[in-house]
Formats: sequence, structure tokens, C-alpha cells
Amino acid sequence: MAPINWHTFYFLLFALTAGVFAVAVAVTSNVVRMAFYLVLCLSATAGLFFLAGADFVGAMQIMIYVGGTLVLLIFGVMLTAQGPFISMKTRSGEWVLGLLAGGSLLAILISAAVGVRAWRPVELEEHSPQARVTASRLGMGLLGARVDQLDQSDKTLRAGMSGYLFPFEIISVHLLVVLIGAAYLARPKKRMRPGEETQA
Amino acid sequence: MNLLAEPVGVAHYMVIGAIMFVTGAVCMATKRNALGVLMGIELVLNGANVNFVALGSEYLRPAQDGLGLDGQLIALFVIVLAAAEAAVALAITLNFYNNHMTVDVDQADELKG
Repeated sequence: MAPINWHTFYFLLFALTAGVFAVAVAVTSNVVRMAFYLVLCLSATAGLFFLAGADFVGAMQIMIYVGGTLVLLIFGVMLTAQGPFISMKTRSGEWVLGLLAGGSLLAILISAAVGVRAWRPVELEEHSPQARVTASRLGMGLLGARVDQLDQSDKTLRAGMSGYLFPFEIISVHLLVVLIGAAYLARPKKRMRPGEETQA
Repeated sequence: MNLLAEPVGVAHYMVIGAIMFVTGAVCMATKRNALGVLMGIELVLNGANVNFVALGSEYLRPAQDGLGLDGQLIALFVIVLAAAEAAVALAITLNFYNNHMTVDVDQADELKG
């Protein structure tokens, strides 16, 4: 028997977890269970990121996505899950239409992914044993210095590799504006004083 | 053929990304709960992120024809944008719930002519 390829083993483990719970999110109609399945699916996706060598992105996936965004979503579920809204059934006609469209989209995407020759598995030569930590290189890239592209000899290619400082600034301001807007939108309604007229 | 002895390529990651993308799209299309639609959006964004990271990985294809660090940087931007989008969508959903006492997106038809 051929020796086990451990990359493949862990890939199958995380991929099956992510895929099965992604399908479970779509299938169940109970919104509390959907939130729980989504947590498991996104954690398995973080495992896939670690496996592909993206250690910083995987850590951010767990910290920001699972620890921040999904906790926000679960708070939303807890604030609105009352009586009839916990489990809202979809009509079967909509299921048929959705599965038809989704199935054909999935067939197209998978045939495209499998069909490209450059994306097939390749036998790479043995990697150097030291871990290639990406955090500092990513941080320098966000600050505008691409320390991973210093040996790029092509002048025209190097011009486009000036880093991501400007998108980083834009996304920071965007996040600030969005959070202020969200806090404003979700503010509690002003309470009517007894003497005041009620607006129609 | 021993499944566990075969190497993994970008195509494998893309298949799992496609599955997450499609389940997210189906989720967005069929859920009646506004928060369910939001969870579908999160699944779609994560499916795209899996593809970005897989194309940038140096463990899956030779480093010179991959995306390199750009894939991971774009994945980080997507994660931040998803956080922003979830905050706003949740605020809108809570506002809708306060005003209409429901989270059924089929009831949000006041603008219908």
C-alpha cells in the first residue's frame, strides 16, 4: 500500500467538514442551527487556509470571521428568533428552482476547475523544512513594501507591485464609516414623552 | 487507486470553493429569514476566499506562476469587507424587525408598485 499523503488526508478532512456543513446551512430551515453549522464550516475553511500555507489568513479567518462576524450574526439571531421566525419553511417550488439553478452553476464551476491543465495536481520538489511564516511579509505588503517581490527583474511587472497601502487606507476608512452608520441605524427608537403628539 | 496517496492540487481547492459558493447562492435564493440570506452571503465570500488562497499557495503549484502573496492579501481584504457588510446588514435587519415585527424578506415589499 502506498504511503499516506498527509496533505491529502488533512485536505479531505477539512474539505469534507466544510462542504458537509455548507450544505447543511443551505438545507436546514432552523436559523439557530444554520448559525451553528456556519461556525463549523468557516472553522474548517480556516483549516484549509492553514493547509495551503496561508497561516496569517487562517488565523484572521478564525479571529475576525468566526470570532467577530459570526458572533455578530448570532446576536442578530438571538435578538430576532422569536416564535415563528426560528424556523421558516421555504416553499417546495422555490427549492426546485434554487436547486436547479445551483446545480447547473455547480456543474459549470466544477467542470471549469477540473478542466484547466495548470490547476491539476503537480509533483513539487521537496520543500525546505523551515516554516514560511507569512505574517511579516503580509504586513509589509499592506504598508506598501513588497518584500516578497524584491527579486522581480521585469521593470513593467515591478511597477504594479507597489503594495497595498492605498487600498488598506480606503478599507480602513470604509470600515470606520460603515460601523458608525451601523451604530446609527441600529440605535434605539426615541421614546415618546407623554404630552407629545404621535406622528402618523 | 489509493485516494489518500494522491497529491492535492489547486483544482481540489477550487471544487470545495465552488461547493461553498453554490450552497451560499442557493441559501441566498431560498431562505425567507433575512439572517439566513446574510449567512448565504458569508458562504459565498468564503468560497471566493478559498480560491484566492489556493491560487496563491506555493504548496500547490510552482511559486513563479501562482498569485503569490497577492492572493492572501486580497483574501484579507475580503474578510474585512465581509465584517463591514455583516455589521450594516445586521443593523438594517434589526431596524426592519423593529418597524415591521418580522424578519421575513417576503414581507419587505412596500416599494412594490
